[in-house]
Amino acid sequence: MTAVLDVQGLTVEFPTRRGTLTAVDHISFSIGEGEVLGVVGESGAGKSLTGTAVIGLLEPPGRIAAGEVRLAGKRIDNLAYEELRRIRGREIGMVFQDPLTSLNPLYTVGRQLMETIRTHTDMGEKAARDRAIEMLAEVGIPEPRRRIDQYPHQFSGGMRQRVVIAIALLARPRLIIADEPTTALDVTIQSQILKLMRQQIAEKGASMILITHDLAVVSEMADHITVLYCGKVVERGRTRELIETPAHPYTRGLIDSIPDTAHRHDRLRQIPGSIPDIRNLPTGCNFRDRCPRAQALCAEREPDLARQHATLWAACHFPLKPGETA
Amino acid sequence: MLAFIIQRLAQSILVMLVVGLISFSLFQFVGDPVNNMVGQEATIEQREALREKLGLNDPIPVRFIKWVGLAVQGDFGLSYRMGMPVADLIAQRLPATLELVALSAVMALAIGVPMGVYTGLHRHAWLSKVFLTVSLIGISIPTFLIGILMILFFGVWLGWLPTFGRRGLVDLGGWETSFLTLEGWSYIIMPAFTLALFQLTLIMRLVRAEMLEVLRTDFIKFARARGLKSRSINFGHALKNTLVPVITIMGLQIGSLLAFSIITETVFQWPGMGLLIIQGIQFVDIPIMSSYLVLIALFFVVINLIVDLLYYAVDPRLRVERTAGGAH
Amino acid sequence: MSAPVEPGTMARSSMSLPRTTDVLRRFFDGDVFYSFSRSPLTMLAFVTTLAFFVAAIFAPWLAPHDTSDIASLDLMNAFKTPVWGEYGDPAFPLGTDDQGRDVLSSIMFGLRISLLVGFAAVILAAVFGTLMGLISGYVGGVVDSVIMRIADIQLTFPAILIALMFDGIVRSVLTTEMAREFKMTSLILAIAASQWVNFARTVRGSTMVEKNKEYVQAARLIGIHPMKIMLRHVLPNVTGPVLVIGTLSLAIAILTEATLSFLGVGVPVTNPSLGTLIRIGNDFLFSGEWWMTIFPGVTLVVLVLAVNLLGDWLRDALNPKLR
Repeated sequence: MTAVLDVQGLTVEFPTRRGTLTAVDHISFSIGEGEVLGVVGESGAGKSLTGTAVIGLLEPPGRIAAGEVRLAGKRIDNLAYEELRRIRGREIGMVFQDPLTSLNPLYTVGRQLMETIRTHTDMGEKAARDRAIEMLAEVGIPEPRRRIDQYPHQFSGGMRQRVVIAIALLARPRLIIADEPTTALDVTIQSQILKLMRQQIAEKGASMILITHDLAVVSEMADHITVLYCGKVVERGRTRELIETPAHPYTRGLIDSIPDTAHRHDRLRQIPGSIPDIRNLPTGCNFRDRCPRAQALCAEREPDLARQHATLWAACHFPLKPGETA
Repeated sequence: MLAFIIQRLAQSILVMLVVGLISFSLFQFVGDPVNNMVGQEATIEQREALREKLGLNDPIPVRFIKWVGLAVQGDFGLSYRMGMPVADLIAQRLPATLELVALSAVMALAIGVPMGVYTGLHRHAWLSKVFLTVSLIGISIPTFLIGILMILFFGVWLGWLPTFGRRGLVDLGGWETSFLTLEGWSYIIMPAFTLALFQLTLIMRLVRAEMLEVLRTDFIKFARARGLKSRSINFGHALKNTLVPVITIMGLQIGSLLAFSIITETVFQWPGMGLLIIQGIQFVDIPIMSSYLVLIALFFVVINLIVDLLYYAVDPRLRVERTAGGAH
Repeated sequence: MSAPVEPGTMARSSMSLPRTTDVLRRFFDGDVFYSFSRSPLTMLAFVTTLAFFVAAIFAPWLAPHDTSDIASLDLMNAFKTPVWGEYGDPAFPLGTDDQGRDVLSSIMFGLRISLLVGFAAVILAAVFGTLMGLISGYVGGVVDSVIMRIADIQLTFPAILIALMFDGIVRSVLTTEMAREFKMTSLILAIAASQWVNFARTVRGSTMVEKNKEYVQAARLIGIHPMKIMLRHVLPNVTGPVLVIGTLSLAIAILTEATLSFLGVGVPVTNPSLGTLIRIGNDFLFSGEWWMTIFPGVTLVVLVLAVNLLGDWLRDALNPKLR
């Protein structure tokens, strides 16, 4: 079976006056039909850039320096702008972090829905409007007939994110890329939105890449998880396996820093230090400065991604065994 | 919305009163109007009679109220130098200046906006660099020098256009217009372009800066991610969002156009208000100076009201009252 | 923490007292210098501006003739073309005017006047505007409203118009002799009066941002007058914007002075600026004596263009968002 999206060795570079920065470094992943892939990492790990690179919207001077992106077997990273434009919104839908700024404040919600449909289909004005109303209803917006003629500022944050999701789903894309879709929302609304997204992609048989810093969110939503650190994949595997028996100390640290209601009396653990500056990465393993297991080897050689057990792959010289704590 | 308009109207009236006060002070406290009106040889009695007649012996607040009362009716008294009612002088000169300013504003917008959009969209294109360089030269040449150079080039060397004056007019019931004859156009085109050039470069640079700003926003990124066509993103989404600042600046610049028309009119001997005021200033003709101030303020206030209404047309966030977005 | 001094604090305390060499190194290593060294146009503008400054400041020593010395004028020298023209004279490289004045020397002395008026007006406007902005932003409330309303109203009236009115008023208040004597001062005041608003607005914005920061509130708690601490923090923050506005204002001030002088209400004819020279030359333009207008005109444009280029570059270099 061909994967819906297959990314091999994707590398994103930014030429600057003090040399070239590699913000995404040979990342590979693939997503099967109807699957949800969680991409997790701290800010600056290259998650968002990965998403933007896939749909070909990197801001210059950022560029894809190496790698291939295939959508249903067809290479899309080398397409001309116009060809890729037809894919964006049609076959790949995108949801961004901040619903407050994702919509143009000067146009009604309906107009922004309708222009998206009409760009990708030959639907007429009337049909497009009906479809837009239908879609608003599907994402749980009450009174869609009235709301469609309102402006974004008349919607709350959660409602606006529903509109954004409606736009992303309009053309029934194969793949949704959701970049921190709930980060800007209140906690109670977060779970509603996540539920909505899960239900919608299941209904429409779409796949999804869920980009987030929040491991708790992906562990609920995703089938597979890829953990990024400093632009590199440090661990990946099936969700259950990765959450229960992580091999990389970084993943372990991320899991331990999730507030856990079952052990509420424990002190919340955190990973010491902060993510290094990509302009000035340490030698060897990027994580060694913050790693409790680091040894001399970690400074000498960068670990390669290696299979740990079952579906789990991690890039660590001294991986954790199942049950072991960092 | 009504409340907003009322508030704006109140503000406008306040502005007019402040400018009126300045204008009135000019009238009353600067120089001695009597000295300006009678000769050196006038007797004290003659002067005193004139003071009484002009109401200069009344208490100041009374004089201000009287002055406002007259000003509202368009009566600013007699020009010291020409002995004619200022209102008549202005009425005579107003059409020439308004036509000049209007044509300049249209030119500035019609050329400046497309240039700004182009340079904003194609930041690194060579044509953008040419536009930007030319615009920098544009704001570095004083208006009077542009006028002189244009006269020298098109008037003297090429002999294509008349170098001064305003002719080829058609009388439309008291309003003499340049726009209905070819001759009229040949006289107005050079001064109008001279006046427009500075505003044009300003608008171009503003639109460019705003375009660059808007193109970085999330909703443009989302519009791209939705696969919208570039044309629809650039001209539908981005350009519309640059309109608000452009409207603001254009409103502010109308005053500037009127002021710079003084220079243009001097260079081209264009018989408008600018020529009137510059002579007024040279001869310290206070009634002309103060009425000109009031008139400019009036223009400003009216233009600003129009600008506010345009905001309403462009930006729905002002138009509709904020509704609490309902249940989540 | 007890005895051992953390290395971090050492580094920080030496940071607070930077040596000149450090400052210089940081400047040459910094983004501003980098963007300068990458832009040949900016360097050209800088060199041009510098050359004009030198020519203006040292005009009494550098100029081939002393144009203010009327006795040295010889009508026999009048209307000489530039040196490459038909009636050229190597003693007058750019020709002479109707009175036999050397155009090159006139330009150098004119440049002096133009720059003097421009600089004086901008410095005055910057100081007054910054002060108004600080007060407006810090005190807030009614004071802020009043100052900003005045600024708004004043913005309606462009520089030229304010300066014109100012000039008219000065002349009607003062006697003719006094007015002549104060001509230069009133001109500087008039231009400064038309330029302060931009400074005030920018400084006000920064002040208001800074005012709500915690350290200012904290300063109040420990008994330091907040205004004192704000000055220390606001002023460095606004140095960049004020410098940018100052540079662009200098260009506008020079243009305003030239325009006023062209309209005949600027500097006295005895001390002609570039604008005055253009006006005088304009009377002879149509009879073919173009050099009397064109050379001062070109000088003015090149000067203002160079200053504008510097201002533009400075704005972009100090605004990381645009890079």
